[in-house]
Amino acid sequence: MPERKFSKDHEWIEVDGGVGTVGITDYAQGQLGDVVFVELPVVGKKVAKGDNAAVVESVKAASEVYTPVSGEVTAINQAIVDDPAKVNAEAEGGAWFFKLKLGNAGELSGLMDRAAYDAFLKTL
Amino acid sequence: MSNPHGTITGNRGLQLEEKLIFEQGVEGRCGVDLPDPPKVKSRMGGVERRGPIGLPGLSEPQAIRHYTRLSQKNFAIDAGMYPLGSCTMKHNPRLNEKAVRMPGLGDLHPMQPVSTVQGALALIDTLAHWLKTLTGMPAVAMSPAAGAQGELCGVMAIKAAHEAKGDHARKVILVPESAHGTNPATAAACGYAVEAIPANERGRVDLDAFKKELGPHVAGIMITNPNTCGLFENDIVEIGKAVHAAGGYFYCDGANFNAIVGRVRPGDLGIDCMHINLHKTFSTPHGGGGPGSGPVVLSAALAPYAPLPFVVHGPNGFRLVEEAKGEGAKTFGRLKAFHGQMGMFVRALAYMMSHGSDGMRQASEDAVLNANYVQARLGEVMTAPFPGPCMHEALFDDRFLNGSGVSTLDIAKALIDEGFHPMTMYFPLVVHGALLIEPTESETKETLDQFIAVMRGLAERAKKGDADFFHHAPRLTPRRRLDETLAARKPVLRWRPAPTERQAAE
Amino acid sequence: MRYLPHTDADRRAMLQAIGVPSIDSLFRDVPEAVRLKQSVDLPPQQGELEVERAIAGFAARNIGTSSAPSFLGAGAYRHHVPAAVDHLIQRGEFLTSYTPYQPEVSQGTLQYLFEFQTQVALLTGMDVANASMYDGASATAEAVMMANRVTRRERAVVSGNLHPHYREVVATHARYLGFAVDFLPPDPRANEDLAARIDDKTSCVVVQNPGFFGQVRDYTKLGEACHAKGALLIVVVNEIVSLGAVKPPGEMGADIVAGEGQSLGVALGYGGPYVGLFATRDRFVRQMPGRLCGQTVDADGQRGFVLTLSTREQHIRREKATSNICTNSGLCSLAFTIHLTLLGETGFTRLAALNHAKAAELADRLEKGAGVKVVNDSFFNEFTVSLNGKSAAEVAEKLAAKRILGGVPVSRLYPGRPELADLLLVAATETNTGEDMTALAAALKEAVR
Repeated sequence: MPERKFSKDHEWIEVDGGVGTVGITDYAQGQLGDVVFVELPVVGKKVAKGDNAAVVESVKAASEVYTPVSGEVTAINQAIVDDPAKVNAEAEGGAWFFKLKLGNAGELSGLMDRAAYDAFLKTL
Repeated sequence: MSNPHGTITGNRGLQLEEKLIFEQGVEGRCGVDLPDPPKVKSRMGGVERRGPIGLPGLSEPQAIRHYTRLSQKNFAIDAGMYPLGSCTMKHNPRLNEKAVRMPGLGDLHPMQPVSTVQGALALIDTLAHWLKTLTGMPAVAMSPAAGAQGELCGVMAIKAAHEAKGDHARKVILVPESAHGTNPATAAACGYAVEAIPANERGRVDLDAFKKELGPHVAGIMITNPNTCGLFENDIVEIGKAVHAAGGYFYCDGANFNAIVGRVRPGDLGIDCMHINLHKTFSTPHGGGGPGSGPVVLSAALAPYAPLPFVVHGPNGFRLVEEAKGEGAKTFGRLKAFHGQMGMFVRALAYMMSHGSDGMRQASEDAVLNANYVQARLGEVMTAPFPGPCMHEALFDDRFLNGSGVSTLDIAKALIDEGFHPMTMYFPLVVHGALLIEPTESETKETLDQFIAVMRGLAERAKKGDADFFHHAPRLTPRRRLDETLAARKPVLRWRPAPTERQAAE
Repeated sequence: MRYLPHTDADRRAMLQAIGVPSIDSLFRDVPEAVRLKQSVDLPPQQGELEVERAIAGFAARNIGTSSAPSFLGAGAYRHHVPAAVDHLIQRGEFLTSYTPYQPEVSQGTLQYLFEFQTQVALLTGMDVANASMYDGASATAEAVMMANRVTRRERAVVSGNLHPHYREVVATHARYLGFAVDFLPPDPRANEDLAARIDDKTSCVVVQNPGFFGQVRDYTKLGEACHAKGALLIVVVNEIVSLGAVKPPGEMGADIVAGEGQSLGVALGYGGPYVGLFATRDRFVRQMPGRLCGQTVDADGQRGFVLTLSTREQHIRREKATSNICTNSGLCSLAFTIHLTLLGETGFTRLAALNHAKAAELADRLEKGAGVKVVNDSFFNEFTVSLNGKSAAEVAEKLAAKRILGGVPVSRLYPGRPELADLLLVAATETNTGEDMTALAAALKEAVR
């Protein structure tokens, strides 16, 4: 099973065969509250690590989703655009945001594993 | 039961339910009598409207009843204490409303020959004189429509001044994190990047850290004083000197001017520009969200760049400078059509003349006194992030609610049932769960005492763990808590006719 | 002082409760050197009677449009406002409330905003409208900036038929935010070819209908030309009554409508406050500036209204907001919506027809009776006359000396353009009587002789 990695900006990424699936963590959705709107990148867009790739909004907050690694967007999850509540219900499951073809797999090593991320959350 | 009150109508005594005008209209009904238009050959070039608009028809009594019923669903300063921090919800004198409606003011067209509006120009000039005198500044731009447009005015003047010196390297405006959202939004609207000014543990600008942020990349700073924590920036003079030494300009957000009118002249603090919200400090009505008026006082360095138009004294009376030549040669441009919010100028001047120099100083003192009284009397049961004295508003955080399961929002909603408008909540952002209370000078000691008693009672009830009571407040309002998530997820931003049965079947 | 409730005894008791000896000690954070020992050099407080007298003194030095025949337009129009409007907007619950951020105690304001948004959308033929902007000029500038965001382009094309103040406001924002604008020269005879200016870098084309000089145009083809190049069509309407008789921008394919709503319910008031209108298509709603009111339900399941989609706005999005606007024109939007409710479909379309008939009558009478030439081939309630080479500014002064507010010289808004110096904008509304027109025709005839 592919390993899941986490960023300090509360995104997760799971890589399978050179393609990463990116979403926001359960902690992130909890901080936002009820998600009301999601804006996703266009397929084909090239993004560099740390770029704003998507936007997720609750009633009183708007948050950028930064891509944890560089690459080219190959797919987006239209289901969360149509029903943003999915992000609250299954942030680390079916409510992924976009998939991207990795530009530099080496960037993954700068991310946290589950245990490190859980430890990071305890410091917040 | 079709409604929570168990009445047949859904009404609840004096609280009357009211449908949308679109649900009441009857074709052919009309609330205005107009003569039959004479038959003329259309000269509209064949671009006539073909179909109906879809506006509902109501008679005058229906319309009066509609808006009267709607009005009864609003809280208002006229009804009770409205302690919204940073909004200055003071009494709105009715003399001001009478004055603005006088023939010769309310019925002036903005493009009349200036020979026919000398009184209007004299009034603008008089108000300008009062504003300049109260702020100790040499010039004022009268045209900005509201505080946020005043901010644009100030920042555009700053940019124009740098450009006039050939300095195009300054790309950054420094703004504290505690600032109103309009400050960073304004800087961005003028093409500047925004960087944060560090704060100290006393809720003020950290002077040493601030100096390190300055440099040839900084166009200017935007600082609210008194600041959004309700505190006077005691290093303000050094801040001004430091920004000038670095070649930048000092924008002061004047939203909180009500604390210091007649006690401090912002010009003495070394500022370059400051907008004045006439709808806060000078009592023009908030009107459910506007209109406002945001004149901007300017230093000698920025005055040449003031926006068009402006009033000047000429040999034959007053003139309006409306073009970018002569006195207006260096203007940065224009922000709105015509000459500014004249209706607000008349009201503000009536307020100022009523108070006079002595009354305005007294008003500020009373505003500061009231806020400190609230802070002192609530300090035992609530938690203040910074020690006093405060200026015209008292800031609390939500530490007093720790472990209670009750939030700042819940307290505010419970306050509604007690007949008070909530304070400003969750602003400034630098304080967790902020509650910002601005009583203004208009409140009596008796009202303040009642407000304090209510707040103490609510704080104690929250601490006792009665969270459920708070989560379901308010209970006594025309509507209970509204589902803002639904509103944002599935926006319904206008009325549309229900589909007919046939359309629905298709 | 009648507005300040505290007695000296109150103040003493409160200072004691705070635990400070004097009011000065509450100002101790103010540096000593900048504390004023006494208030500034301005007159002392006055009673209501004295202030009223002083303000009336200013008013007496003006000639109001209600005391003289008036034909002034150019973006601000004199209309009859039903008495009910001014009564209702002065109800304290509307006048003295704040922005409806607490919806449980603001359903009155919120419901009328929802109705206002619907009315504006209906008039303009658009999907959705916001809860108002400052005025037509700032709304136009916001529309251009929105089009830049939507199209991710930075070059606007602006018609020579847009009100000169609106042009200047667009130019000011363009200069300071940093985007390009192609301004066409003033176009009194509506000869300009806007479609030729559009290319694949154009974010939008801005036209005004009826135009600044009065012409009425169908911009459907221009809209198609815009859309073919991926640009937006912005239609500005600054005489909103025209939409009772003229084809609405929505039917012409407009993407954004920016307007001035002063004509409904709002006093001329020497130029402000007025009410900016802003409408667009559903698909662009998240790029809109300003407040939006939306429908929802409360905890009991009853219909109610809230401010919504607020993440676009400065108080949440800060430097990434769609606009820095906060305070808008709340009470003016109330006046607008009440006036339009009273008019309804029947009254509004009749008002528009009446305005057009008055203007048509005036145009005929000026051409036949005053010997001036109407420049326009079409108009609604305002048109441009050419004064046979005479300075329109001087003519306007001569008319004013006879207490006739006879029109707006184009040179007042377009100074330094000799080719426009003899053009006068003349508007007629339902308020103008036959006697007014007779007086204007006679005085104008003499002035241009």
